[in-house]
Amino acid sequence: MLDKSYFYQENIPKINQQQIQILEQLCQACSVSGDEGEVRKIVFEQIGSYVDETKVDALGNILAIRHGKGSNRLRIMLAAHMDEVGFMITDEGDNGFFRFDIVGGIDERQLVGKPIVIGEKHKPGVIGAKPIHLTTKNERNETISLDSLRIDVGPENDNHIKIGDRATFASPFLQLGPSILAKALDDRLGVLNLIELIKHAPENIDLLAAFTVQEEVGLRGAKVAAYTLDPQLAMALDCTPASDLPIWDKDNYQAAEEQLENAHYNVRLGAGPAIYVADRATIADPRWVRHLENIAKKYQIPYQIRQPGSGGTDAGAIHLQKDGIPSISVSVPARYIQSSAGIARLDDWQNTLALVYFSLADLTQEFFSVDR
Amino acid sequence: MKSLIKTLVETPGPSGYESQIRQTIADIIKPLVDHLEVDKLGNIIARIDSHSDNPKTLMLSAHMDEIGVIATHIDSNGFIRFTNIGGVKPESCPGGHVRFLNGTQGVIGTEIINTNKENLSLENMYIDIGIQEKEQASVRTGDVACFERPFIDMGKRLVSKAMDDRISIAIMISALRALKEKDINPIHQTFFVFSTQEEVGLRGATTASFIVDPDIGIALDVTASGDTPKGVRMEVGLGKGPAIKVRDGGMLSDPRIVDWMVNTAEAAGIPFQLEVLEKGTTDARAIQLARSGVPVGCLSIPCRYIHSPSEMVDIDDVENSIRLLISLLEQPIQLDY
Repeated sequence: MLDKSYFYQENIPKINQQQIQILEQLCQACSVSGDEGEVRKIVFEQIGSYVDETKVDALGNILAIRHGKGSNRLRIMLAAHMDEVGFMITDEGDNGFFRFDIVGGIDERQLVGKPIVIGEKHKPGVIGAKPIHLTTKNERNETISLDSLRIDVGPENDNHIKIGDRATFASPFLQLGPSILAKALDDRLGVLNLIELIKHAPENIDLLAAFTVQEEVGLRGAKVAAYTLDPQLAMALDCTPASDLPIWDKDNYQAAEEQLENAHYNVRLGAGPAIYVADRATIADPRWVRHLENIAKKYQIPYQIRQPGSGGTDAGAIHLQKDGIPSISVSVPARYIQSSAGIARLDDWQNTLALVYFSLADLTQEFFSVDR
Repeated sequence: MKSLIKTLVETPGPSGYESQIRQTIADIIKPLVDHLEVDKLGNIIARIDSHSDNPKTLMLSAHMDEIGVIATHIDSNGFIRFTNIGGVKPESCPGGHVRFLNGTQGVIGTEIINTNKENLSLENMYIDIGIQEKEQASVRTGDVACFERPFIDMGKRLVSKAMDDRISIAIMISALRALKEKDINPIHQTFFVFSTQEEVGLRGATTASFIVDPDIGIALDVTASGDTPKGVRMEVGLGKGPAIKVRDGGMLSDPRIVDWMVNTAEAAGIPFQLEVLEKGTTDARAIQLARSGVPVGCLSIPCRYIHSPSEMVDIDDVENSIRLLISLLEQPIQLDY
């Protein structure tokens, strides 16, 4: 399906229809921060026979170890977070109407009118507001506050829905030619990549996999997972927003012809895996950055440097644990994540998986022989 | 002393990229300490062994990183967009000089249209490295630069970028030299930590304090002063001596440590001042919350224009800080309540 020059290598993880089907299962799961059970089940089904040790810790992280072969193996931690941003029911409901709160970072403008599903049983509902022909002009100019919104499951459907239940957007999962459209690409893409890396783990390392919880509310699962796993090196596998749309100056068509450049795209779709040099939470170990770039050049994998500045990943919590863990993040770019539907390219997904795989397979103790 | 300070402030070392300043410091202190290691985040952890019976473990921490900028985008005309590493003040940027770690120099320019005093930010600035088009750029997204400004010796006052916190490093190094020359053995098992990534969230000190696991922690850092025209309302002033920190925006000093520092200064006849800082914090905060907790304090050097490229300190405050630090190393502390 995707033809890459590095495909001649056997045993490397590849994206095929099977992986797309597993991604659909993962993206459609309702696993909002703090209640990640649905994704946890799917992960266990996938990795069960491939790992030597596995446990679920106090916060719900899955910690799984696949040992390599040979002596002097490097202990590498890979983290992908199972939770997504979403909603939480906050009151007992009134004939099918429920107040709710946002869990993690979602733009409040994204909510009104969206269909949602509640809990593992995916009970359907809608985030409701006044119909447009009953609003005033002033009302239409402002964002409707969270306080005025309700989740509506329809009258007499509200049994078994309780305070604390989580809800997510009800979005389709679609393959659109070279792209995927789905909710929760952040971070089900990372979760599936970690599953595939476990299945194809290179033998020179002990792969310490952490499927983490509560990343979206403060990197909480990763903190304790790193403390337990105590690795030599770590990498966070995440998904990062591509804001690579063109800019138009709508008041000045002449200026528009001068091609106002978008300088704040974070990452671009189609430009390959995004390597983090720095975000708000972590300054990547420069040895990791150099290693990943060398691997990309060696295997002819396109890549991009994510624009430094904002955001954070599990690496932010991991690198400060105990006596420090040299860490980096590598993400699949996707548009409109943390809204009801994101778009990612299959190419970028495959190239990210390959870059991480080869960077692990080609890791040696030489990594530590130079200063940061 | 002044040439040591000049060497330290002029060596590049923005947060996360401290290898040059780390090498400079390590080369100087290696013959002065009993043990030296570099940890996984790049902290230098150096140790002087005490010959006392049952010494307490004291961790000193000064940070070797400085604030800087990092390139986010090279536009089609070769102008470089950037964001901050650490607390960079937008108002001290326009017209400033920067130097990337690969040596490329640049000037910070500001967008004219739609930019005014109220909305001045790094978003409407760029770095001009003197090229005509993108292809000539020797800089790419992710490259890191320091501010550049010449060191000025005004006699009693010294001015440079990165006095925060290289001046404290100069103080620690001078104390190590004095210990060696005068054959003084500290009462406490003393760790001299030169930490990384303080400016982006006390990150080096977090892991270093886990490793050292001290009984007491003292950070050495700069603090603001209230002695400039229509300045911040603050008692601390240049020339009144090292400041003993009572509290800052992130930490409350342990009162036993404050007393120890005050009593030591008084007994040794060293001028000092007490410091309350409203905003900002130091490595002491990270040490205080390490493992099961550590009593901490901070020895502060008063400094004007912090986080601008022209930070100013007083040489007498520096000399008195060295004297106070050495006295603290010779002074036992009672930690029982």
